[in-house]
Amino acid sequence: MTIQANIAESDKTSDETTPAAVPAAGTGTGYGILETARRQVLEDGIGLTQAQLEEVLRLPDEALPATLQLAHEVRLKHCGEDVEVEGIISIKTGGCPEDCHFCSQSGLFDSPVRGVWLDIPELVKAAKETAATGATEFCIVAAVRGPDIKLMNQIKFAIDRINEAVDINIACSLGMLTQRQVNQLAEWGVHRYNHNLETARSYFPEVVTTHSYEERLDTCNMVKAAGMELCCGALIGMGETLEQRAELAAQLAALEPHEVPLNFLNPRPGTPLENQGIMDGKDALRAIAAFRLAMPRTVLRYAGGRELTLGDLGTREGLLGGINAVIVGNYLTTLGRPATADLNLLVELNMPIKELQKTL
Amino acid sequence: MNRVSLPNRSTTGVSSSAATAQFCGHCGEPSDGGADPTSDVHRRCGERLAMEPPRYCADCRRRMKVQVTPLGWSAECSRHGVLAP
Ligand code: SF4
Ligand SMILES: [Zn+2]
Ligand SMILES: [Zn+2]
Repeated sequence: MTIQANIAESDKTSDETTPAAVPAAGTGTGYGILETARRQVLEDGIGLTQAQLEEVLRLPDEALPATLQLAHEVRLKHCGEDVEVEGIISIKTGGCPEDCHFCSQSGLFDSPVRGVWLDIPELVKAAKETAATGATEFCIVAAVRGPDIKLMNQIKFAIDRINEAVDINIACSLGMLTQRQVNQLAEWGVHRYNHNLETARSYFPEVVTTHSYEERLDTCNMVKAAGMELCCGALIGMGETLEQRAELAAQLAALEPHEVPLNFLNPRPGTPLENQGIMDGKDALRAIAAFRLAMPRTVLRYAGGRELTLGDLGTREGLLGGINAVIVGNYLTTLGRPATADLNLLVELNMPIKELQKTL
Repeated sequence: MNRVSLPNRSTTGVSSSAATAQFCGHCGEPSDGGADPTSDVHRRCGERLAMEPPRYCADCRRRMKVQVTPLGWSAECSRHGVLAP
Protein backbone atom coordinates (compact mmCIF):
# COMPACT_ATOMS: atom_id res chain seq x y z
CA MET A 1 0.00 0.00 0.00
CA THR A 2 1.28 3.42 -0.83
CA ILE A 3 0.07 6.62 0.70
CA GLN A 4 0.04 9.34 -1.89
CA ALA A 5 0.97 12.76 -0.64
CA ASN A 6 -0.92 15.82 -1.72
CA ILE A 7 1.37 16.78 -4.55
CA ALA A 8 0.10 18.35 -7.73
CA GLU A 9 1.11 16.65 -10.97
CA SER A 10 3.41 18.90 -12.95
CA ASP A 11 4.51 18.82 -16.58
CA LYS A 12 8.05 18.29 -15.44
CA THR A 13 7.36 14.80 -14.24
CA SER A 14 5.90 13.50 -17.44
CA ASP A 15 7.19 10.16 -18.69
CA GLU A 16 9.24 11.81 -21.42
CA THR A 17 11.39 13.72 -18.93
CA THR A 18 14.95 12.43 -18.69
CA PRO A 19 17.97 13.86 -16.92
CA ALA A 20 19.54 14.62 -20.26
CA ALA A 21 16.56 16.60 -21.52
CA VAL A 22 15.94 19.21 -18.89
CA PRO A 23 14.90 22.61 -20.20
CA ALA A 24 16.48 25.65 -18.60
CA ALA A 25 14.86 26.65 -15.34
CA GLY A 26 15.11 29.85 -13.38
CA THR A 27 15.31 31.89 -16.54
CA GLY A 28 12.40 34.21 -17.01
CA THR A 29 10.54 32.62 -14.11
CA GLY A 30 9.90 35.96 -12.50
CA TYR A 31 11.36 34.70 -9.23
CA GLY A 32 14.48 36.67 -8.41
CA ILE A 33 15.92 34.06 -6.08
CA LEU A 34 15.82 31.46 -8.82
CA GLU A 35 17.62 33.82 -11.22
CA THR A 36 20.25 34.39 -8.54
CA ALA A 37 20.54 30.66 -7.80
CA ARG A 38 21.01 29.92 -11.49
CA ARG A 39 24.04 32.19 -11.63
CA GLN A 40 25.45 31.56 -8.17
CA VAL A 41 24.86 27.83 -7.70
CA LEU A 42 24.49 26.35 -11.16
CA GLU A 43 27.11 28.43 -12.95
CA ASP A 44 29.56 29.27 -10.16
CA GLY A 45 29.02 26.29 -7.87
CA ILE A 46 28.51 28.42 -4.75
CA GLY A 47 25.73 27.30 -2.40
CA LEU A 48 22.98 29.67 -1.33
CA THR A 49 23.26 31.45 2.01
CA GLN A 50 20.82 30.98 4.87
CA ALA A 51 18.90 34.13 3.92
CA GLN A 52 18.71 33.01 0.30
CA LEU A 53 17.54 29.55 1.35
CA GLU A 54 14.73 31.13 3.34
CA GLU A 55 13.59 32.81 0.14
CA VAL A 56 13.57 29.47 -1.68
CA LEU A 57 11.56 27.83 1.11
CA ARG A 58 9.01 30.66 0.90
CA LEU A 59 8.44 30.41 -2.85
CA PRO A 60 4.81 29.77 -3.78
CA ASP A 61 3.57 26.42 -5.04
CA GLU A 62 3.49 27.76 -8.60
CA ALA A 63 7.27 28.13 -8.46
CA LEU A 64 7.87 24.57 -7.31
CA PRO A 65 8.37 22.96 -10.75
CA ALA A 66 10.94 25.60 -11.73
CA THR A 67 12.67 25.28 -8.35
CA LEU A 68 12.95 21.50 -8.62
CA GLN A 69 14.12 21.76 -12.20
CA LEU A 70 16.91 24.16 -11.27
CA ALA A 71 17.95 21.93 -8.36
CA HIS A 72 18.03 18.99 -10.77
CA GLU A 73 20.25 20.90 -13.19
CA VAL A 74 22.58 21.77 -10.31
CA ARG A 75 22.77 18.13 -9.29
CA LEU A 76 23.50 17.00 -12.87
CA LYS A 77 26.18 19.62 -13.43
CA HIS A 78 27.98 19.28 -10.09
CA CYS A 79 27.38 15.61 -9.16
CA GLY A 80 26.58 13.87 -12.44
CA GLU A 81 23.73 11.59 -13.35
CA ASP A 82 24.70 8.62 -11.12
CA VAL A 83 22.57 7.70 -8.13
CA GLU A 84 24.25 6.18 -5.07
CA VAL A 85 22.33 3.26 -3.57
CA GLU A 86 22.75 2.21 0.06
CA GLY A 87 21.27 -0.31 2.46
CA ILE A 88 21.11 0.34 6.20
CA ILE A 89 20.79 -2.12 9.04
CA SER A 90 20.48 -1.97 12.80
CA ILE A 91 22.95 -4.15 14.68
CA LYS A 92 21.55 -2.99 18.02
CA THR A 93 17.96 -1.79 18.12
CA GLY A 94 16.18 0.07 20.92
CA GLY A 95 17.08 0.77 24.52
CA CYS A 96 19.08 3.92 23.75
CA PRO A 97 19.71 6.15 26.81
CA GLU A 98 19.28 9.37 24.78
CA ASP A 99 16.01 11.27 24.43
CA CYS A 100 15.81 12.37 20.78
CA HIS A 101 12.10 13.20 20.72
CA PHE A 102 11.49 11.70 17.28
CA CYS A 103 13.10 8.34 17.97
CA SER A 104 11.28 5.09 18.70
CA GLN A 105 14.56 3.55 19.85
CA SER A 106 14.99 5.73 22.91
CA GLY A 107 14.63 3.67 26.04
CA LEU A 108 13.18 6.73 27.80
CA PHE A 109 9.86 6.65 25.96
CA ASP A 110 6.96 4.25 26.04
CA SER A 111 7.71 2.95 22.56
CA PRO A 112 6.70 -0.51 21.34
CA VAL A 113 10.23 -1.06 19.96
CA ARG A 114 12.03 -3.72 22.01
CA GLY A 115 15.78 -3.92 22.46
CA VAL A 116 17.36 -6.52 20.19
CA TRP A 117 20.78 -7.37 18.74
CA LEU A 118 21.31 -8.73 15.24
CA ASP A 119 23.73 -11.65 14.99
CA ILE A 120 26.68 -11.47 12.63
CA PRO A 121 25.57 -14.21 10.17
CA GLU A 122 22.30 -12.28 9.67
CA LEU A 123 24.28 -9.10 9.14
CA VAL A 124 26.49 -10.72 6.52
CA LYS A 125 23.44 -12.19 4.78
CA ALA A 126 21.86 -8.72 4.68
CA ALA A 127 25.08 -7.23 3.27
CA LYS A 128 25.05 -9.79 0.46
CA GLU A 129 21.39 -9.14 -0.31
CA THR A 130 22.03 -5.40 -0.31
CA ALA A 131 24.98 -5.72 -2.69
CA ALA A 132 22.84 -7.84 -5.01
CA THR A 133 20.54 -4.85 -5.54
CA GLY A 134 23.48 -2.87 -6.97
CA ALA A 135 24.03 -0.93 -3.77
CA THR A 136 27.59 0.18 -3.06
CA GLU A 137 27.07 1.24 0.55
CA PHE A 138 26.09 -0.80 3.59
CA CYS A 139 25.64 1.17 6.79
CA ILE A 140 25.69 -0.58 10.18
CA VAL A 141 23.74 1.38 12.79
CA ALA A 142 23.48 1.02 16.57
CA ALA A 143 21.03 2.79 18.89
CA VAL A 144 23.54 4.00 21.45
CA ARG A 145 24.87 7.27 22.86
CA GLY A 146 28.28 6.03 21.78
CA PRO A 147 29.87 2.62 21.36
CA ASP A 148 31.32 0.64 24.29
CA ILE A 149 34.08 -1.94 23.97
CA LYS A 150 31.62 -4.77 23.36
CA LEU A 151 30.01 -2.93 20.46
CA MET A 152 33.36 -1.88 18.98
CA ASN A 153 34.52 -5.51 19.08
CA GLN A 154 31.33 -6.63 17.38
CA ILE A 155 31.75 -3.98 14.70
CA LYS A 156 35.32 -5.09 14.00
CA PHE A 157 34.18 -8.70 13.74
CA ALA A 158 31.26 -7.73 11.50
CA ILE A 159 33.47 -5.67 9.18
CA ASP A 160 35.89 -8.56 8.74
CA ARG A 161 33.13 -11.07 8.04
CA ILE A 162 31.38 -8.75 5.56
CA ASN A 163 34.66 -8.02 3.76
CA GLU A 164 35.29 -11.76 3.42
CA ALA A 165 31.86 -12.32 1.96
CA VAL A 166 31.00 -9.41 -0.34
CA ASP A 167 32.34 -6.32 -2.12
CA ILE A 168 30.57 -3.34 -0.63
CA ASN A 169 31.64 -0.17 1.12
CA ILE A 170 30.99 -0.30 4.85
CA ALA A 171 29.72 2.71 6.72
CA CYS A 172 28.85 2.95 10.41
CA SER A 173 26.55 5.00 12.61
CA LEU A 174 27.33 4.35 16.26
CA GLY A 175 26.59 7.65 17.95
CA MET A 176 29.17 9.93 19.52
CA LEU A 177 32.77 8.75 19.27
CA THR A 178 35.99 9.30 21.17
CA GLN A 179 39.10 10.14 19.19
CA ARG A 180 40.38 6.62 19.82
CA GLN A 181 37.19 5.11 18.40
CA VAL A 182 37.36 7.38 15.36
CA ASN A 183 40.91 6.20 14.73
CA GLN A 184 39.94 2.55 15.15
CA LEU A 185 37.05 2.77 12.70
CA ALA A 186 39.24 4.51 10.12
CA GLU A 187 41.91 1.84 10.60
CA TRP A 188 39.35 -0.94 10.13
CA GLY A 189 38.38 0.47 6.74
CA VAL A 190 35.08 2.16 7.59
CA HIS A 191 34.98 4.59 4.72
CA ARG A 192 32.03 6.72 5.83
CA TYR A 193 30.56 7.57 9.22
CA ASN A 194 27.03 8.80 9.80
CA HIS A 195 26.26 11.26 12.54
CA ASN A 196 23.34 13.58 11.95
CA LEU A 197 22.81 17.15 13.05
CA GLU A 198 19.08 16.32 12.73
CA THR A 199 17.84 19.89 13.14
CA ALA A 200 18.98 23.50 13.36
CA ARG A 201 21.15 24.53 16.26
CA SER A 202 18.42 26.92 17.44
CA TYR A 203 15.80 24.12 17.53
CA PHE A 204 18.00 21.31 18.82
CA PRO A 205 17.24 21.87 22.55
CA GLU A 206 13.53 21.39 21.76
CA VAL A 207 14.26 17.96 20.34
CA VAL A 208 17.18 16.55 22.35
CA THR A 209 18.13 17.30 25.95
CA THR A 210 20.55 14.48 26.79
CA HIS A 211 23.39 15.75 24.63
CA SER A 212 24.29 18.98 22.90
CA TYR A 213 24.65 20.19 19.36
CA GLU A 214 28.31 20.83 20.08
CA GLU A 215 28.85 17.20 21.04
CA ARG A 216 27.40 16.18 17.70
CA LEU A 217 29.64 18.62 15.87
CA ASP A 218 32.69 17.30 17.73
CA THR A 219 32.14 13.78 16.41
CA CYS A 220 31.50 15.09 12.89
CA ASN A 221 34.71 17.08 12.91
CA MET A 222 36.79 14.19 14.26
CA VAL A 223 35.42 11.90 11.56
CA LYS A 224 36.43 14.33 8.84
CA ALA A 225 39.85 14.95 10.33
CA ALA A 226 40.51 11.19 10.37
CA GLY A 227 39.91 11.01 6.62
CA MET A 228 36.58 9.19 6.72
CA GLU A 229 33.74 10.55 4.64
CA LEU A 230 31.21 12.33 6.81
CA CYS A 231 27.54 11.50 6.33
CA CYS A 232 25.58 14.09 8.27
CA GLY A 233 21.84 14.19 7.97
CA ALA A 234 18.73 16.18 8.63
CA LEU A 235 15.28 15.31 9.91
CA ILE A 236 12.72 17.86 8.90
CA GLY A 237 9.05 18.26 9.72
CA MET A 238 9.56 18.22 13.50
CA GLY A 239 7.86 21.58 14.03
CA GLU A 240 10.83 23.73 13.10
CA THR A 241 10.14 27.01 11.32
CA LEU A 242 11.12 27.67 7.72
CA GLU A 243 13.87 29.92 9.05
CA GLN A 244 15.19 27.02 11.11
CA ARG A 245 15.00 24.71 8.11
CA ALA A 246 17.15 27.20 6.18
CA GLU A 247 19.43 27.49 9.20
CA LEU A 248 19.90 23.72 9.25
CA ALA A 249 20.75 23.59 5.54
CA ALA A 250 23.30 26.38 6.01
CA GLN A 251 24.80 24.69 9.08
CA LEU A 252 25.13 21.43 7.20
CA ALA A 253 26.70 23.22 4.24
CA ALA A 254 29.27 24.79 6.56
CA LEU A 255 30.29 21.29 7.72
CA GLU A 256 30.88 20.22 4.10
CA PRO A 257 29.75 16.62 4.57
CA HIS A 258 30.27 14.11 1.79
CA GLU A 259 26.65 13.03 2.15
CA VAL A 260 23.44 14.43 3.61
CA PRO A 261 20.63 11.94 4.21
CA LEU A 262 17.35 13.82 4.28
CA ASN A 263 14.69 12.35 6.57
CA PHE A 264 11.08 13.46 6.94
CA LEU A 265 9.44 12.92 10.29
CA ASN A 266 7.44 9.72 10.55
CA PRO A 267 5.75 10.34 13.92
CA ARG A 268 6.40 7.27 16.03
CA PRO A 269 3.99 5.92 18.64
CA GLY A 270 5.08 6.66 22.20
CA THR A 271 7.57 9.40 21.32
CA PRO A 272 7.08 13.06 22.28
CA LEU A 273 6.54 13.85 18.57
CA GLU A 274 3.92 11.14 18.00
CA ASN A 275 1.19 13.73 17.43
CA GLN A 276 3.20 15.96 15.12
CA GLY A 277 1.40 16.01 11.77
CA ILE A 278 2.99 14.58 8.66
CA MET A 279 4.86 17.20 6.70
CA ASP A 280 3.20 18.67 3.62
CA GLY A 281 4.56 17.06 0.44
CA LYS A 282 5.20 20.36 -1.34
CA ASP A 283 7.13 21.72 1.64
CA ALA A 284 9.20 18.55 1.57
CA LEU A 285 9.97 19.02 -2.12
CA ARG A 286 10.90 22.68 -1.58
CA ALA A 287 13.24 21.53 1.17
CA ILE A 288 14.88 18.97 -1.14
CA ALA A 289 15.52 21.67 -3.74
CA ALA A 290 16.76 24.11 -1.09
CA PHE A 291 19.21 21.56 0.35
CA ARG A 292 20.57 20.93 -3.14
CA LEU A 293 20.93 24.66 -3.75
CA ALA A 294 22.77 24.95 -0.41
CA MET A 295 25.12 22.06 -1.21
CA PRO A 296 25.64 21.68 -4.96
CA ARG A 297 28.27 18.90 -4.72
CA THR A 298 27.05 16.84 -1.77
CA VAL A 299 25.46 13.41 -2.07
CA LEU A 300 21.85 14.20 -1.12
CA ARG A 301 20.11 11.01 -0.11
CA TYR A 302 16.46 10.15 0.31
CA ALA A 303 16.21 8.62 3.77
CA GLY A 304 13.37 7.80 6.17
CA GLY A 305 9.83 9.09 5.96
CA ARG A 306 9.64 9.78 2.23
CA GLU A 307 7.04 7.06 1.67
CA LEU A 308 4.69 8.75 4.10
CA THR A 309 5.45 12.36 3.19
CA LEU A 310 5.88 12.11 -0.56
CA GLY A 311 4.43 8.82 -1.79
CA ASP A 312 5.36 7.43 -5.21
CA LEU A 313 4.84 10.63 -7.17
CA GLY A 314 6.85 12.73 -4.73
CA THR A 315 9.67 10.19 -4.72
CA ARG A 316 9.96 10.66 -8.44
CA GLU A 317 9.79 14.45 -8.22
CA GLY A 318 12.55 14.53 -5.62
CA LEU A 319 14.83 12.44 -7.83
CA LEU A 320 14.20 15.04 -10.52
CA GLY A 321 14.68 17.85 -8.02
CA GLY A 322 18.10 17.47 -6.44
CA ILE A 323 18.23 14.01 -4.84
CA ASN A 324 21.07 11.78 -6.10
CA ALA A 325 21.09 8.87 -3.65
CA VAL A 326 18.58 6.51 -2.09
CA ILE A 327 18.33 4.11 0.81
CA VAL A 328 17.08 0.96 -0.82
CA GLY A 329 14.50 -1.23 0.90
CA ASN A 330 13.78 -0.95 4.60
CA TYR A 331 14.94 1.45 7.29
CA LEU A 332 15.97 0.61 10.85
CA THR A 333 12.56 0.00 12.38
CA THR A 334 10.14 0.78 9.54
CA LEU A 335 9.70 -0.54 6.01
CA GLY A 336 10.60 1.35 2.85
CA ARG A 337 9.28 1.00 -0.67
CA PRO A 338 10.12 -2.33 -2.26
CA ALA A 339 13.71 -2.17 -3.52
CA THR A 340 12.52 -3.06 -7.01
CA ALA A 341 10.22 -0.01 -7.10
CA ASP A 342 13.14 2.38 -6.59
CA LEU A 343 15.49 0.46 -8.89
CA ASN A 344 12.88 0.37 -11.67
CA LEU A 345 12.28 4.08 -11.22
CA LEU A 346 15.99 4.78 -11.69
CA VAL A 347 15.94 2.77 -14.92
CA GLU A 348 12.88 4.68 -16.10
CA LEU A 349 14.57 8.01 -15.33
CA ASN A 350 17.79 6.96 -17.11
CA MET A 351 19.76 7.41 -13.91
CA PRO A 352 22.57 4.86 -13.65
CA ILE A 353 23.44 3.39 -10.26
CA LYS A 354 26.85 4.54 -9.07
CA GLU A 355 29.36 1.71 -9.37
CA LEU A 356 31.47 0.38 -6.54
CA GLN A 357 34.87 1.22 -7.99
CA LYS A 358 33.93 4.88 -8.27
CA THR A 359 33.49 5.14 -4.52
CA LEU A 360 36.72 3.40 -3.51
CA MET B 1 -12.45 -8.57 6.08
CA ASN B 2 -13.13 -6.95 9.39
CA ARG B 3 -10.11 -7.66 11.47
CA VAL B 4 -6.73 -6.04 11.53
CA SER B 5 -4.71 -7.55 8.77
CA LEU B 6 -1.56 -9.39 9.74
CA PRO B 7 0.81 -11.39 7.60
CA ASN B 8 0.65 -15.15 8.02
CA ARG B 9 2.91 -16.78 10.52
CA SER B 10 5.96 -18.60 9.21
CA THR B 11 6.33 -22.31 9.64
CA THR B 12 8.50 -21.69 12.70
CA GLY B 13 5.62 -19.93 14.32
CA VAL B 14 2.28 -21.16 15.43
CA SER B 15 -1.29 -21.38 14.51
CA SER B 16 -2.76 -17.92 14.67
CA SER B 17 -3.73 -16.11 11.49
CA ALA B 18 -5.28 -12.78 10.60
CA ALA B 19 -8.70 -14.30 10.88
CA THR B 20 -8.22 -15.11 14.57
CA ALA B 21 -6.10 -12.15 15.67
CA GLN B 22 -7.00 -11.07 19.20
CA PHE B 23 -4.83 -7.97 19.28
CA CYS B 24 -3.76 -5.34 16.79
CA GLY B 25 -0.13 -5.86 15.73
CA HIS B 26 0.43 -2.13 15.48
CA CYS B 27 -1.12 -0.64 18.62
CA GLY B 28 -1.57 -3.75 20.76
CA GLU B 29 -5.20 -2.97 21.59
CA PRO B 30 -7.86 -5.65 21.20
CA SER B 31 -8.78 -6.18 17.58
CA ASP B 32 -12.31 -5.50 16.39
CA GLY B 33 -13.50 -9.03 16.93
CA GLY B 34 -15.41 -8.96 13.70
CA ALA B 35 -16.93 -5.51 14.07
CA ASP B 36 -18.37 -4.15 10.87
CA PRO B 37 -17.35 -1.58 9.83
CA THR B 38 -13.81 -1.92 11.12
CA SER B 39 -13.06 0.79 13.67
CA ASP B 40 -11.24 3.82 12.33
CA VAL B 41 -8.44 3.42 14.79
CA HIS B 42 -7.51 -0.04 13.56
CA ARG B 43 -8.05 0.86 9.91
CA ARG B 44 -5.17 3.31 10.33
CA CYS B 45 -3.19 0.60 12.09
CA GLY B 46 -3.81 -1.69 9.13
CA GLU B 47 -2.42 0.98 6.80
CA ARG B 48 0.60 1.42 9.02
CA LEU B 49 1.26 -2.32 9.01
CA ALA B 50 1.95 -2.05 5.29
CA MET B 51 4.84 0.26 6.16
CA GLU B 52 6.20 -1.28 9.34
CA PRO B 53 6.37 -4.68 10.96
CA PRO B 54 3.92 -5.56 13.72
CA ARG B 55 5.22 -4.81 17.20
CA TYR B 56 2.64 -6.72 19.27
CA CYS B 57 1.81 -10.40 19.14
CA ALA B 58 -1.71 -10.84 17.77
CA ASP B 59 -2.30 -13.75 20.15
CA CYS B 60 -1.06 -12.46 23.49
CA ARG B 61 -0.19 -8.76 23.04
CA ARG B 62 3.41 -9.28 24.14
CA ARG B 63 5.83 -6.84 22.56
CA MET B 64 7.78 -8.81 19.98
CA LYS B 65 11.49 -8.76 19.16
CA VAL B 66 11.55 -7.25 15.69
CA GLN B 67 14.49 -7.40 13.30
CA VAL B 68 14.35 -5.26 10.17
CA THR B 69 16.87 -5.83 7.37
CA PRO B 70 17.08 -3.98 4.05
CA LEU B 71 15.05 -6.63 2.26
CA GLY B 72 13.04 -8.29 5.01
CA TRP B 73 11.89 -8.42 8.61
CA SER B 74 10.92 -10.85 11.32
CA ALA B 75 9.04 -10.49 14.60
CA GLU B 76 9.32 -12.97 17.43
CA CYS B 77 6.98 -13.55 20.35
CA SER B 78 8.62 -15.49 23.17
CA ARG B 79 5.41 -17.52 23.53
CA HIS B 80 4.05 -17.75 20.00
CA GLY B 81 7.05 -17.94 17.71
CA VAL B 82 8.31 -16.05 14.69
CA LEU B 83 6.28 -13.99 12.30
CA ALA B 84 7.73 -13.09 8.90
CA PRO B 85 6.35 -11.59 5.69
S1 SF4 C 1 20.90 8.77 19.91
FE1 SF4 C 1 20.09 7.78 18.06
S2 SF4 C 1 19.12 5.86 18.76
FE2 SF4 C 1 19.46 7.15 20.56
S3 SF4 C 1 17.51 8.24 20.85
FE3 SF4 C 1 18.85 9.58 19.63
S4 SF4 C 1 18.35 9.08 17.48
FE4 SF4 C 1 17.51 7.42 18.76
ZN1 LIG D 1 -4.52 -0.93 16.18
ZN1 LIG E 1 2.45 -14.10 21.62
